[in-house]
Amino acid sequence: MPELFGWTGKVLYINLTDKSSAILNPPEKIYHEFIGGKGMAGWYLRPWCTRSWDSPEMPLIFFTGPLVGTESPTSGRFTVMSMSPLTGTVGDSSAGGKFGTEMKRAGWDGIVISGAGPSLCGVSIRDGEVEFLDADHLHGKTISEVFASLPEKGSTAAVGPAAENGVLFANISFDGHSFAGRNGLGLVMAAKGLKYIHVEGSGKTKVFNSDELSAAREDIFRLVAASPVLKGELGISEFGTGALYDLMHSRRMMPTDNFRETQFSHAEEMNAWNYKNKYETKKTGCSGCHILCKKNSKDGEPIPEFETMSHFSALIGNTEIEKVMEASHICNEAGMDSITAASTIACYMEINKITPGNLNLLNILEDISLSRGEGETLKLGSFKYSSLTGNSHSSMSVKGLELPAYDPRGAYGMALAYATSTRGGCHLRAYPISHEILRKPVATDRFSFSGKARIIKLAEDMNAVIDSLTACKFIFFGASLEEYSKVFRAVTGVDIFGSDLMAAGERIYYNERIMNSLNGFSSLDDDLPERFFTSEGTSGNGISIPALNRDEFLETRRKYYRIRGLSPEGKPTKEKSGELGLEWTN
Amino acid sequence: MDKLTLKYTEKLVTSGLCAEGEPLFGTFDDEVIWNSSRPERESLDTVIRGLNINSILFSDIAEPYRSIVNYLAQNALKSEGFIRPDDTETRTFLHDIPVAQSFHAGEIINSLKKRKGVIIPGRGIVTYGTVSPEQAFIFFSSICFSCYVKFMTDYYYHKKGLVMMAGDVDEIYQSAVSTYGRSLLSISDSPAIKAPFKSDEDVIAAITETGKLTVESRMVDSFFGNISVKYNNKIFISQTGSSLDELSGCIDPCPVDNSTTNAITSSSEFSAHRGIYGLTDKKSILHGHPKYSVIMSMLCDKMDCENRGKCHIKCSSTRMIDDIPIVPGEVGTGPTGISRTLPPAMSGRGAIVFGHGLFTSGQEDFTDAFGNLIDIEKMCFKKYIEFLNL
Repeated sequence: MPELFGWTGKVLYINLTDKSSAILNPPEKIYHEFIGGKGMAGWYLRPWCTRSWDSPEMPLIFFTGPLVGTESPTSGRFTVMSMSPLTGTVGDSSAGGKFGTEMKRAGWDGIVISGAGPSLCGVSIRDGEVEFLDADHLHGKTISEVFASLPEKGSTAAVGPAAENGVLFANISFDGHSFAGRNGLGLVMAAKGLKYIHVEGSGKTKVFNSDELSAAREDIFRLVAASPVLKGELGISEFGTGALYDLMHSRRMMPTDNFRETQFSHAEEMNAWNYKNKYETKKTGCSGCHILCKKNSKDGEPIPEFETMSHFSALIGNTEIEKVMEASHICNEAGMDSITAASTIACYMEINKITPGNLNLLNILEDISLSRGEGETLKLGSFKYSSLTGNSHSSMSVKGLELPAYDPRGAYGMALAYATSTRGGCHLRAYPISHEILRKPVATDRFSFSGKARIIKLAEDMNAVIDSLTACKFIFFGASLEEYSKVFRAVTGVDIFGSDLMAAGERIYYNERIMNSLNGFSSLDDDLPERFFTSEGTSGNGISIPALNRDEFLETRRKYYRIRGLSPEGKPTKEKSGELGLEWTN
Repeated sequence: MDKLTLKYTEKLVTSGLCAEGEPLFGTFDDEVIWNSSRPERESLDTVIRGLNINSILFSDIAEPYRSIVNYLAQNALKSEGFIRPDDTETRTFLHDIPVAQSFHAGEIINSLKKRKGVIIPGRGIVTYGTVSPEQAFIFFSSICFSCYVKFMTDYYYHKKGLVMMAGDVDEIYQSAVSTYGRSLLSISDSPAIKAPFKSDEDVIAAITETGKLTVESRMVDSFFGNISVKYNNKIFISQTGSSLDELSGCIDPCPVDNSTTNAITSSSEFSAHRGIYGLTDKKSILHGHPKYSVIMSMLCDKMDCENRGKCHIKCSSTRMIDDIPIVPGEVGTGPTGISRTLPPAMSGRGAIVFGHGLFTSGQEDFTDAFGNLIDIEKMCFKKYIEFLNL
């Protein structure tokens, strides 16, 4: 293989069954076609995608991108991927912190973990050295207890008690403050008998042209500084993602009372400004990022992200900030996804007619993480829980993944994006909030489906690129692939532009559609809960929030399938697979 | 999207960038729809299908932009194939402007893969949008604006004997200034809504009216700028990326103490506005991009200055045009951001940010702020011509 820049050209393969490791060298062509991160992880996952998530052969994959370890802005991210225990779909998560950077410094583009051991173990990676360690003594330990027992130098991925207790939405925690969340990747890790991976590296990422990289970085910094969402005094650099809380409230699209309302009357008492003042927040963030959207209290306690802030208040009717902080703390310590946890509790409240005043939120979260009492069934997530009780209409989920804190009746692109997302009810696959609410790159009409089919398809492709480079989606409120392709060229020396990267993004996303299709997913699953088509939201202040028009939704989805190259049933086609250079499996 | 293409076609014409019937818009959802049957459609159909975009715009350019853009583009083709204006719009968003040899789909695709628009000399400009035809309109307008500013700054140095411009640039200059002069000197409007404001609705109405007047007076590049009023412990400010002539529903009320973050969608210059209100007793601020204020801010004879090329962030001179200070600064809140450099310079009628635009202010309503915007631009226009005649 010719000399590579950006990529190391090496992937660490770990087999937990026989405690062995090996070096894989992906062909250079594959790097060009799948870039890194989400793309490369998908390439490694595809041959195994029809296995059960807990089969020993099912890989758990950690993958960085070519920009990681360079001075490229927001380059500290990476992807974790496997098949999701919660949804049965492709399960991936883009995570931050410094794990990706340490992995790259250790010389690895990715780590593919296969096999399963009979007892809990840890893996220590120091540059090229791999060591398997007994971790039985960490059984049942919380995230902070695990991290307290491990070296501070380097970075660690670990699972908490939720994963060990079979919570289908268990997270992987990185250094205690960044997470691979949403679809139960922590449970996949626990099923392999793996409590933690510690990685420490001493190398550097080779850059093709440092001067060009510095120039590209300057262009991006200029755009970030010009973005009110990112660096404005009311933006996420100052207030964290919680800055969106007031906006969702004023746009009357804050999911409230399990999505039965879209306006929360206590919102102004529970916004990011109140957290900032009450907890005297400090800025923190991922390696290689100058936006620093994460916030900690003055005592070092993580301030909840917007989704957690919203769902642990409006969705379940909680009016106490302290309780949001405690609920978030329990989720972080147990290692479980706060969006799904809150949404499952909201579903439970609706089904059992429990009022906010009668809910013991913190106890029920503990019960879930320990699989105790009601927690034994709630740990399955809202879809499986509600189905068990014959109330599946109360699960506000798509493909079994609970919806985050943007009501789709307030942003029609978001409605389509939830439905078509390959991992289920996720806002980050296309993130149309960018133009429907935040006005970037320009504003679109949030109450119209016009043009949204193509917009969502293009955004899914673009975000697949971002998660493969790997960079942070937030910086794209300011920058675009025009600037990031310059970064990519400077780092890798591969002479391609934004449009070429978009072609890779289309391939990466289609590969995920194929994997889902092979697991039986179709148009029947690319849909929203019935509630959004039959019930209106909470109108007021001159803003009307009607129910979504189902015919318009279906027509837009039909257009999306055509644009995406899918059959009318939402299935991948042999023709399109061939066009994208993807293996066809019938 | 039909409504949007119609709207931006009209804007291209009313803003003097294109002749009626010229703009060709294509929009692409699951199929491509064109707003006219012009013959260029065939090539552009290949272009829109060959890129990951949802709209495309092609049009010839109206005078005086046409001659200016063609002049710069022809010269660019003799060198690296790019025009590199130094104004803020280009530096921040366009980076540079590619020029194609011919109206050939492959060549246009290659250019648009790299940049937001491409000039085809003698034919026009092609731009695109990824989520809305609005982006195509903005890029088209910005290319015209940036080329105009570049030509006039280059022409100044040419007349001073500091750089050489080949060809008959005097004729292009004469035509451009006489066109602009006629339009500028005829402006006599003033905002009708006056202080005292009695409600939030009054404030919003005043902002909306003045924004529209600013665009109609062509004191902007496309429709950009920003505008605010401080009233009742709130700063009412136009939203980021909003059209100054369509501000209804696009004004954010931001509590002075930042106790809600609704205004995360407010202008990227919110911090600069807030800074000005903090340092002065002003009650209204108006920011536009009038051409000759921008051009004059970029003229400096210190050719061997160590900061040359970095004037927008490093100029250390105290520069004035009469009573109007010129300050360096980049858009937003960065270490060299306008939020830091502008507020201390806003004690008088207004200030110009290097290569960017003009900020003016008023004591009560927009009578002063709008009047100052027009007066300062008229002064800059007059001074520019005087400079050339010295």
